Amino acid sequence: MTAAVEITGITKRFGDVVAVDNIDLTIADGEFFALLGPSGCGKTTTLRMIAGLEFPTQGSLKIFGDEVGTLPPNKRPVNTVFQNYALFPHLNALDNVAFGLKMQGVKKSTAYSRALETIDLVQLSGMDTRKPSELSGGQQQRVALARALVNQPKVLLLDEPLGALDLKLRQEMQGELKNLQQNLGVSFVFVTHDQEEALTMSDRMAVMNEGKLLQVGTPEEIYEHPANRFVADFIGQTNLLEGRVVDAETVCLSNGARVTGFSDHPVGTEVAVSVRPERVRLGPRGESRPSETEVDGTAVDGATVDAATVDGAAVDGATVDAATVDGARVDGEVESITYLGNARVYRVRFDWMVIEVREENRPGATLHEPGTPVSVSWDPSAVSVVAD
Amino acid sequence: MSRPTSSAVEPRGWTKGLLRANGWLVYAFFYAPILLLVIFSFSDSRNVGVWGGFTLDWYEEFVDSRQTQAALWNSVKIAVVSTAISVVLGTMSALALERFKFRGKQVFDALLYLPIIIPDVTMAVMMLLFFAEFFEVLNAVFGTELRKGFSSIALSHIAFSISFVSVVVRARLAGMSGHLEEAARDLYASRWKAFRFVTFPQILPGILGGALLAMTISLDDVVITQFVTGPGWTTLPVYVFGLIRRGVTPLINAVSVVMLMASMTLVALSLLVERVRNVGTNQRRGF
Repeated sequence: MTAAVEITGITKRFGDVVAVDNIDLTIADGEFFALLGPSGCGKTTTLRMIAGLEFPTQGSLKIFGDEVGTLPPNKRPVNTVFQNYALFPHLNALDNVAFGLKMQGVKKSTAYSRALETIDLVQLSGMDTRKPSELSGGQQQRVALARALVNQPKVLLLDEPLGALDLKLRQEMQGELKNLQQNLGVSFVFVTHDQEEALTMSDRMAVMNEGKLLQVGTPEEIYEHPANRFVADFIGQTNLLEGRVVDAETVCLSNGARVTGFSDHPVGTEVAVSVRPERVRLGPRGESRPSETEVDGTAVDGATVDAATVDGAAVDGATVDAATVDGARVDGEVESITYLGNARVYRVRFDWMVIEVREENRPGATLHEPGTPVSVSWDPSAVSVVAD
Repeated sequence: MSRPTSSAVEPRGWTKGLLRANGWLVYAFFYAPILLLVIFSFSDSRNVGVWGGFTLDWYEEFVDSRQTQAALWNSVKIAVVSTAISVVLGTMSALALERFKFRGKQVFDALLYLPIIIPDVTMAVMMLLFFAEFFEVLNAVFGTELRKGFSSIALSHIAFSISFVSVVVRARLAGMSGHLEEAARDLYASRWKAFRFVTFPQILPGILGGALLAMTISLDDVVITQFVTGPGWTTLPVYVFGLIRRGVTPLINAVSVVMLMASMTLVALSLLVERVRNVGTNQRRGF
């Protein structure tokens, strides 16, 4: 099957600034693909190059097998939903939606009836005579979507289309967009800086930073196995414990403790052990936590923490408890609690760092007040070792 | 968009009285001369400053006088032609400066506004010299018989009107997101169609505003026109200026009132166009 979009060695320079730095990317037909990264990472430039609004300085860009490198936007089988919608203010919703068809020379009556159908599709029936300024943000967003979809593009490009909507509406639109994409079977390429949006909506996603493509994969792959420190930190919340690779399955943390962490980095590489807050278990000091998420961790592959804390006197700090059943376990003290409604995030202080632990607000969940001595532990499979 | 209503303290007592008086004073300063001008245009006395009873004679003379009529039509012809050409060129330069990057853009930008800054007299002398030399060369080389007149006046007016049109259209363009053109291009519009169906309707109020400005300035201009005019091409303002030197009669008043009315009609028209468009599009704008 031909890829919907095939990017090979694309670089885009604006003067001395390298906006996109030699990236390779293939987006399959019918895929919901998210381009994720902080602002200025090159994701929007990449999207604009697919749209034809920018031309690559170097490299090849194919849409369904056809090289489109310097083809103007009106000659490409793609349409864009712009960040601020870019609706034509002097035209009403119907004329906005029919614009693309009219420009292609579709007969007026056909153009309008198809535009009306698409307006129905995005659930804006009855709004067709309104000017953009008479529509709410969410409605404008739908018009922008309809205006692009009516042309039946082979690839739909969306540049942070939900950025301007409030949370509730955004979540609603996320679901709708996803449904729409599945029903139409068209590839959606979606630019966002919101990692949660990317995780929940996309089939596959790419993480970019400073013009470089850092990792491409399914949301699960990227969340579970971040390719490097930036990805681990950018996607979701995580605790990054600094350390150094000892061997293929051990990392020596900066406080001298050794934990299990599998990696293929060379011995001695400075790395961080990434542990997601929701993967860390919290229990009263010294007790083995009664666990619903019990793992049959054996001491062998449990990430054990060695006795040698740096400053020796391990009183309240990270003391060591070698023979825990369920993985790495260190003792600390609850510093503060953030209440999130559906969960609590505990900041647990150790003498060398703070680890965040997220506990779901289940009935009967024990509350650990600030100042309580606690132990935290995690399963070795819960960590990923990341380098810069 | 809307700012919270300011909680500024309303002035009270004599402060309020003084401020109000100041307001009226300013208006009187603006409009008393105009009122006088209008009143005395109906005065039945050869002396401008003396009221001699009501008459419409001066208006009759204005309509009957071949010279004033000729001057009026000269003015109109020059204004229409120079406006039409400067609107096209001014809009094009505004688009170039606002939407494209090119070598020498900043220089071009600065040079474009020169005619607004240069004193009229300087510009007039420049133009006079230019046309004298230019026409001489053309006549010598091509055997033409170009003389100062319509073409030299129209060209001079175009030269300074372009700047004004460009300024006005640019302001309008700056308020219009470039994403609209990109969206049009993305929706299969060629460059021309994107301009025709998206950019042009958006900047039309600016273009009309620029056109009215250009037309008003052209109709008003005395200094430059006087330098570059030729036989048979006296414009109305130049003619009025000439009348004063020959002794003032209320005919001047009548002519001035007609010019005033024309200007006011143009301004009212432009405001009306703006309003109709705004009601039509119901769009919020930054200016």
